[in-house]
Amino acid sequence: MPAEQTAVQGRPALAAQGVHKRFEIPEERSHTLKERALHPLRRSRHEELYALKDISFAVPPGEFFGIVGRNGSGKSTLLKCLAGIYRTDEGKIWCNGRMSTFIELGVGFNPDLAAYENVALNGIMLGLSPREARARFKRVIEFAELEEFQDLKLKNYSSGMHVRLAFSVAIQVDADILLIDEVLAVGDAAFQQKCFDVFNRMREEGRTIIFVTHDMSAVTRFCHRAMLLERGEMVSIGDPREVADRYLEIAFGRAAGYEDDDVGSARMGDGAARVTDVWLGDDQHEHRAVAPQSEPLTLKVLVTFNTDVLDPAVSMTLLNEQRQPVVVATTAKDQEETGSFQVGERAVFAFSFHNMLAPGRYHPILTITHRGEGLDVIDRYAGGLSFVVSGLTSSGGMVEIPVETEVSRWGLAPPSEIEPAGGPR
Amino acid sequence: MSAPALSEPMGQPIRGPRALSDSWGRFWQLAYNIARSEFKLKFFGSALGYLWQVIRPLLLFGVLYVFFVLIFKVDKGKGAAGDFYGAQLLGSIVLFTFFSESTAGAVRSVVDRETLVRKIQFPRLAIPISVVLLALFNLALNLVVVMLFALIAGVRPMLSWLELPLILAMLVVLGTGIAMLLSALFVRFRDIQPIWDVVAQILFYSSPVIIPVETVREKLAYGDQLERFLYHVYTLNPLVTIFQQFRHAMINHATLSAGQALGSWAALLAPLAIVTALFVLGFWYFNHEAPHIAEDL
Repeated sequence: MPAEQTAVQGRPALAAQGVHKRFEIPEERSHTLKERALHPLRRSRHEELYALKDISFAVPPGEFFGIVGRNGSGKSTLLKCLAGIYRTDEGKIWCNGRMSTFIELGVGFNPDLAAYENVALNGIMLGLSPREARARFKRVIEFAELEEFQDLKLKNYSSGMHVRLAFSVAIQVDADILLIDEVLAVGDAAFQQKCFDVFNRMREEGRTIIFVTHDMSAVTRFCHRAMLLERGEMVSIGDPREVADRYLEIAFGRAAGYEDDDVGSARMGDGAARVTDVWLGDDQHEHRAVAPQSEPLTLKVLVTFNTDVLDPAVSMTLLNEQRQPVVVATTAKDQEETGSFQVGERAVFAFSFHNMLAPGRYHPILTITHRGEGLDVIDRYAGGLSFVVSGLTSSGGMVEIPVETEVSRWGLAPPSEIEPAGGPR
Repeated sequence: MSAPALSEPMGQPIRGPRALSDSWGRFWQLAYNIARSEFKLKFFGSALGYLWQVIRPLLLFGVLYVFFVLIFKVDKGKGAAGDFYGAQLLGSIVLFTFFSESTAGAVRSVVDRETLVRKIQFPRLAIPISVVLLALFNLALNLVVVMLFALIAGVRPMLSWLELPLILAMLVVLGTGIAMLLSALFVRFRDIQPIWDVVAQILFYSSPVIIPVETVREKLAYGDQLERFLYHVYTLNPLVTIFQQFRHAMINHATLSAGQALGSWAALLAPLAIVTALFVLGFWYFNHEAPHIAEDL
């Protein structure tokens, strides 16, 4: 059922206005009548935690909308409010169309019942009529590729089978609006691909999907728009790429990334010159802390000279989070003669390269040396700046170098080279 | 950055979790299907399966019958009212089994379904109602056994059997009211469970299951002021009315009807009022708690 048929024209599929949610956290939870009777006043002692503060947004029909944020930022609470599982303290929420929620896959699955019973019950809980739920069983079990195991009790399923079944139930519910919380983090690669295909199909069918995740690649891949929550407040909303960058900035570092760090912050050298600032990009005062992957990256180093120095060299070592040097570069390689600098003069040394670093956080260490072997240190500067590489591909390697692959047939192997397959079972 | 200002209703408002849903159809489907899966769970893997549901009250009946009829002869000396004492006893046991299953079974029901409550929006009341439905299903099957037993013992069909739906309705309303109240209370107060265990036990012995109303009436109703007061308290228990009327209408006309036991038909209004009050209180409290059960768990 396409969303357009059920939604009133011009109305958003889902809208929230001024939503507030607070939780009362008792300092000491009294769960028994005796405690209550002995301490009748204790109830008044509780802390208030604002989980959501003044959240307003509207999602038009057919939009794939992402909600991102760190743990505890309130994104799951927001989803539960949208789903009607939590009551909001203030504000209003409206929806147009049939809504279905997947806060967790396989909610209410009972390990002692067979797949059929579980699928039927789960479908009914998610809003299907019993007849619809039963009619859908075949499709569900086919999508999950569990035909052979349909009579098995769920407790005998592997966790992967469990997840596949749960996801199949979820996507077989014909809702106009789907609320989905962190479901992509499950299943093996082949199943994940299947999930992605389903998401693409849903997008094309014009369903409205609200999607909570940590996975920035999924956000930029699927979402039309996204929203970033931090400490219960809406920090940004709009283009998924920008929101994803902002998320990485918040998740991996403070806004500008300047901090005291333990990467050997002690200054070394004779002090003939000092590194006085380090920044990313062209604008010194922008304080960029995120470097998008597969884009040109420039790191600039401002050096102030305290005495006259001839042909100094600046070298940069980029450490990753494990303190491994990933990139080492020096100006001495390209231009040995950098020139003669006077007392009080300042100069900017720039390092530019195409950013092929794996996503994560990096610390540059900068060293100024006198002309020569680079052993005569003027200044060593570390821990001033750290920045985050935001990226969609994370192969697990330290760098993301474009690699081309090719497969070609090579004829038949001689029988002596063929080993028996399998091994011990 | 900011969302459009929304001043008018933009569709169907989402009001958060509630006890009931807008659609009764969905509510009953849910309650029924939860009860159904619970039923399957209960008897899967046991050799005798569903038979246990019938055997359990029969076993209790056997024990009580041996002690109170064969040894203590509680049925003797009451004239015709003592006839078919076995069928009366079994009937009361079966009715009490329903009461106990629907109430004690409901206590933990909402808390035990924590994952559902915290992750899916559905009418919360479906949970305790499903417990009552399951107990009701068992009651229906057990009553068949009771009536077979009565017929074999020599009870002949009577016009007053038509009263059965009314008697059961009062029992079901009572059980549902208490089930709603207890399941919601248990979310906040975990000692409801031991408390209710004791209360249910007291109710078992203070209801006309073993000791017939006639015996209690002889001992108390014509005594001094204190005894008469105790008898009055005894008759306030709705289970007295329900069980006694069941004995009178279904098994043996020679026993006192509920009205006679209480003194007058007008006196029946007191237990009826208690049943109604418990139902209203149970529903009100559950409905009041439903929006924040998910947070309190």
